[in-house]
Amino acid sequence: MDGFTRTMERPAVVPLESREHLVVIGNGMAGCRAVEELLARDAGRYRVTIFGAEPHVNYNRIMLSPVLAGEKTFDQIVINDRAWYDDNAIDLIVSDPVEAIDRIGKTVTARSGRVVGYDRLLIATGSDPVIIPVPGHTLDGVISFRDMTDVDRMIAAADAGGDAVVIGGGLLGLEAAHGLSLRGMKVTVIHLMSTLMERQLDEAAGWLLKSALEARGQTILTGGDTAEIVGETCVEGVRLKDGRLIPASLVVMAVGIRPSVRLAREAGLAVGRGIHVDDHMVTSDPAVLAVGECVEHAGQVYGLVAPLWDMCRALADGLTGRPTGYRGSVTSTKLKVSGIDVFSAGDFSGGDGAQDIVLRDASRGVYKRVVVRENRIVGAVLYGDTGDGGWYFDLMKKAEDVSAVRDMLIFGQAFALGGGPGDPNAAVAALSDDAEICGCNGVSKGKVVAAITGGATTLDAVRSGCKASASCGSCTGLVESLLTVTLGDDYDGERAVKTMCKCTSFGHDDVRREIVAQAMRSIPEVMQRLHWSTPDGCSSCRPALNYYLLCALPGEYVDDQQSRFVNERMHANIQKDGTYSVVPRMWGGVTNPRELRAIADVVEKYDAPLVKVTGGQRLDIFGIKKDDLPAVWADLNAAGMVSGHAYGKSLRTVKTCVGSDWCRFGTQDSTGLGIQTERMTWGSWMPHKFKIAVSGCPRNCAEATIKDFGVICVDSGYELHVGGNGGIKVRVTDLLCKVATEAEALHYCAAFIQLYREEARYLERTAPWIERVGLEAIKARIVDDAESRDALAARFHHSQSFSQDDPWAARANGAESEQHQPLSLMETA
Amino acid sequence: MAADRWIDVGRVEDIPQRGARTIVIEGSEEIAVFRTGDDAVFALINRCPHKGGPLSQGIVHGHSVACPLHNWNIALATGQAQGPDSGCTPTVKVRVEDGRILIDAAATLIVMV
Repeated sequence: MDGFTRTMERPAVVPLESREHLVVIGNGMAGCRAVEELLARDAGRYRVTIFGAEPHVNYNRIMLSPVLAGEKTFDQIVINDRAWYDDNAIDLIVSDPVEAIDRIGKTVTARSGRVVGYDRLLIATGSDPVIIPVPGHTLDGVISFRDMTDVDRMIAAADAGGDAVVIGGGLLGLEAAHGLSLRGMKVTVIHLMSTLMERQLDEAAGWLLKSALEARGQTILTGGDTAEIVGETCVEGVRLKDGRLIPASLVVMAVGIRPSVRLAREAGLAVGRGIHVDDHMVTSDPAVLAVGECVEHAGQVYGLVAPLWDMCRALADGLTGRPTGYRGSVTSTKLKVSGIDVFSAGDFSGGDGAQDIVLRDASRGVYKRVVVRENRIVGAVLYGDTGDGGWYFDLMKKAEDVSAVRDMLIFGQAFALGGGPGDPNAAVAALSDDAEICGCNGVSKGKVVAAITGGATTLDAVRSGCKASASCGSCTGLVESLLTVTLGDDYDGERAVKTMCKCTSFGHDDVRREIVAQAMRSIPEVMQRLHWSTPDGCSSCRPALNYYLLCALPGEYVDDQQSRFVNERMHANIQKDGTYSVVPRMWGGVTNPRELRAIADVVEKYDAPLVKVTGGQRLDIFGIKKDDLPAVWADLNAAGMVSGHAYGKSLRTVKTCVGSDWCRFGTQDSTGLGIQTERMTWGSWMPHKFKIAVSGCPRNCAEATIKDFGVICVDSGYELHVGGNGGIKVRVTDLLCKVATEAEALHYCAAFIQLYREEARYLERTAPWIERVGLEAIKARIVDDAESRDALAARFHHSQSFSQDDPWAARANGAESEQHQPLSLMETA
Repeated sequence: MAADRWIDVGRVEDIPQRGARTIVIEGSEEIAVFRTGDDAVFALINRCPHKGGPLSQGIVHGHSVACPLHNWNIALATGQAQGPDSGCTPTVKVRVEDGRILIDAAATLIVMV
């Protein structure tokens, strides 16, 4: 699965206890990534112990913001779960921070008093949030934004309601403000400088960002200098130096971070701004290494994730005897602030010899600025549209001469290189090998290409081979372009698969296949196993998943009512005024005085403003209130009528003509066959609505040739037609085949419906489904192959044995009454 | 209008997870009380800013609800329409205490529009 933990062959396996002991201080992104890189190179070389101050396994700290915003759960941001530690025989010690290092005795001592010896020590303590020591900074309710505990405290504060002040208008502060605002708090951001995120944005982009955030209801005070935090024991507000007082029950201090070096300094290691390391991440003590935000390399400290990957590679190379060396990182920032795309890289302060190329598109909210010095890009700021950020960054890092494309530079790579707009393959081909493809897992273009040339010739294989596109999926397009570019004609082509929705990078067919292949049994299980990017999906994917599971597991899967569209949940059709319309089933369109009286009584009793004949030969009662629905159903049930499913992605109606019993042209008993067909198929859930008609002769009064399944009776038997539609795009049916008996007509109908149920995508009617897969493919399964036909029909009947109970009857008897009754009021003090 | 009057409308479990119930108050607009997948509770006026659809009948996902009429997505905490749509549904102050849902009594004074 995991490319980093795949072990390499060693001539002889060294027993765990006789290996060198590597102790890692810090269970965060740097410490664990270093261990991952080490295991990938030589899994049997070291015995590893990791100390973590937090109670958690290794999680992705840069994803704390989506957790705060309610877009991800903690489980979704875990990088390595318990099994990873166990599988690699790593001793993980959580909630017990190391407090001292004895370099002479080669031991570390943790807070609990635990002493552990080491052969090599790796310090990966990261950084600490900066707390400005204004009066009141120790009050209850003043927190930082650094770890999961901070997030939990912010969520608790938001749940309690009230106002929040965020001190610091950098990335972290704005993300905290965004999350708190989404959680319903009134948020004020106090920023000392005049431009938000002044280290990443220039004045123009900062202003655009400020305006956008203000439009979202946040108050942004730039040039605001905090004088004190006021309150008795808890925070009550923040006073600025100009005297303004902003009330708040929560203050988030997000003014910056500094390398966490206390431990190293007390151990006597060389420390400047960070722990001094050489190109192999070795400190002033050869047995002690350090990596991540806590280090200072060649005078630089880094607070971003990308340099960390480079450092970990150099560190692992050194520890396994093949030193390569870290040469420092040129960094860029590509991020989403409050849903707004922002990119910056390099030096955009201007100055002598610097020339600005600027593009502004106010109506689209786009601002781009590229800074050029001596024909080379030295910096870039992009706001609103960051698609070309990677290209500018690449040109900047390579210091390429851009004079040839300078005129078109600002319009982006597609224009400037003449590939024309919309040639993503050319754009990807032009990226350098170390360009980052997958930000979630830190996978470069070179690594993806290596995985592809190593045999991963499909998207899924790339995902499992090197992790690229396996998390949030936003780089799926890039990975597919790399497959195309790398494999050329050998690639089966970009899958024309559209993703189900924005929650997943998988298409409908992928999800369905995996549900069956992995025997998944619930919506949360599907979302977990297929890396859904939202905690519980959206209004597009939830109904689809519910249907796919229902179809795969008849009689076992418990229908999730909350994943049903309103009509299917309420078993009636919602109307524009929020009332419902109710359609009782009339088998084959045939009714009688008792049913008609019951309907007339309901219309009068519940004051229904309209009763109307539908296109499917039924009566539709309009204007029923949500609260009255169970009583209406009870009255209709009493007259022997059941739900007409006029509201469902299900069998709707079987429309008939009167046939040979009455009509002088009728060739067969079309009414009787229609009723039998409806008795067989009612109650079945489908990818979309499904309509049937039976006409007694080729005059086709029941309009069977624009139905999903239509029967036209002739003297010699029954013509079966499929894939018709009378909606927006009228489509006449295709002739499936002709059969001799009613029994055969019913059998083929059952088989066809089941094939549609199992293979069409959710919300795909039979007409587009048949156009997509071709009539011949359907004939092959239903007409040409008797065994397949019998199996399909058998599966349909099995499924029907669980679905043919009247949903109205249960609800008329009180089931799910909470859907119909309002909550009642009870006043308290 | 008293600042600290809260009205008990029932237990959190009275609302299905990822679902909603309504509160009917004489002389004011209907209120929808939502319970999300992570058991957070929100309350909005039961009216989509688009065409007035009953938000209580929509699909609740994350901390949003999709209106049952035209699938507008409304943020539960702010009442703001999300994505390309714009508009806002009034929010109602709500809190949970000992598993009971309390709504701000002031909400009962909201005037019909």
